[in-house]
Amino acid sequence: MTELSTSLITCSHLSMAFGSKQLFTDLNLIIPRGDFFCLLGANGTGKTTFIKLLLGKEMPTDGKIELAAELHNAANIGYVPQFRNIDANYPLSIQNFVALKLSNSFKPWLSKQEKSQVAQALELTGLTAKQQQVLGKASGGEKQRAYLAQAILKQPELLILDEPTASLDKTAKYEVLETVKRLNETAGTTIIFISHDWVLVSKYGKHYLEFDNGQYKTGTTADLGGK
Amino acid sequence: MFALNFMRYAFEAGTVVAILCGAMGVFVAARRLPFMTHTLSEIGFSGASFGVWVGLSPLQGMMIFTILSALAADRLGLGDNHNDTSDAVISAVSAFFMGLGVLFLSLSSQNSSYATSILFGSIVGINQGNVTQIVIVSLIVLLALALIYRRLKFDSFDATGAEIEHVSSHWITLIFLVMVALSVSVAAQIVGALLIFVLLTLPSASAQPFCRSVSSLMLVSVVLALIGTWGGLYLGYLTNLPVTFFIATIETCFYLISAIYRRVAA
Repeated sequence: MTELSTSLITCSHLSMAFGSKQLFTDLNLIIPRGDFFCLLGANGTGKTTFIKLLLGKEMPTDGKIELAAELHNAANIGYVPQFRNIDANYPLSIQNFVALKLSNSFKPWLSKQEKSQVAQALELTGLTAKQQQVLGKASGGEKQRAYLAQAILKQPELLILDEPTASLDKTAKYEVLETVKRLNETAGTTIIFISHDWVLVSKYGKHYLEFDNGQYKTGTTADLGGK
Repeated sequence: MFALNFMRYAFEAGTVVAILCGAMGVFVAARRLPFMTHTLSEIGFSGASFGVWVGLSPLQGMMIFTILSALAADRLGLGDNHNDTSDAVISAVSAFFMGLGVLFLSLSSQNSSYATSILFGSIVGINQGNVTQIVIVSLIVLLALALIYRRLKFDSFDATGAEIEHVSSHWITLIFLVMVALSVSVAAQIVGALLIFVLLTLPSASAQPFCRSVSSLMLVSVVLALIGTWGGLYLGYLTNLPVTFFIATIETCFYLISAIYRRVAA
């Protein structure tokens, strides 16, 4: 296999600055297909900007990013944002919440195929038994898995998770990460996991990129050792 | 009761408006816009008075004012979620337009009973022409709702998710605000400009603890709005007391029952 067909994202000589603040310079990186890629660094070091560059929402100051052809279709990128406005009174069930994403139709009701898409996403995230649960009353881990289920509804090649475990307790963190791991292993979805949590990164990640005040480090998570 | 023309008209208009408001209310609640809706209604009062002054029907005056305000609210960014600045802006706008309404009524030399009927509703005072106008406007809004249903649903019940999917576009907010403006205008013909909450907010809020899907929320909300409207008309007919009073009381009771259920179930 050539390098081109195994790499999903290739960054060459990438630099990004906002005014005088240099986030990173000369970043060279390949994210292979099927990777569990972790993005680390303190707040404001460039993690979110890096994602925006990948999504084409920001333009780099220098260098370029090449995305594999399938990522040019937006449906092939799933994104779970860090914050979601779901309070305790939120009325919809997990199943109905996940199905909201199927919005590109004039039919008020879901087709058979759409229903099976929802069922599959719930199955993959282990939420089948919980699908009737009201999302507002669901646990933190269940909520995150519901967001995951919505993000993978269209079976994306790439799934970006923006600190999905930040507000969760320890059990729920592992519950979410085990789900992500299963997606990565069984569905072959490439994962980009943004996190502050070194323990989770070394347990689940394959490669990492760490931003640190204008510098960056990259490698395999095995190198991180007991950090 | 139905031998009387005015009661028949009241039932026809009331039914259509209850269906419209029950359905729209679900999205007003999800987008957290009840107060903005109430303000539109107060602006509608000055629109209705303006209409009377220049020789239009109150409904037409109201539609002109509320649609223009909905467009303005959209320009000012008030059509999105509720926030603190919007509270202050909304208070100022409410006060100004209520004052303007009083001015127009005074200029049109209408007596105070006219103001009462605009502010508190005059369902048994409507005629065949009013019914036709109300039905046409309601059907247009319901048709628009059916057409944008899935996108509106996503944008209203998961704004963050919709934004990521590029579903949350500006025109959804804009169309929705115009739909709210029209709903407010027709609802005010039934329950009055000051009691718009009765049909646009209470039924959908009451439905919430019992429903897990947008379609069931709409169904229960419509049923509660219909029971209130029909019950109110019937009790008004029996007692000769204001219909609006009965509709407001019935809807408030539903809300109390729902709030108690929410407490007990939690």
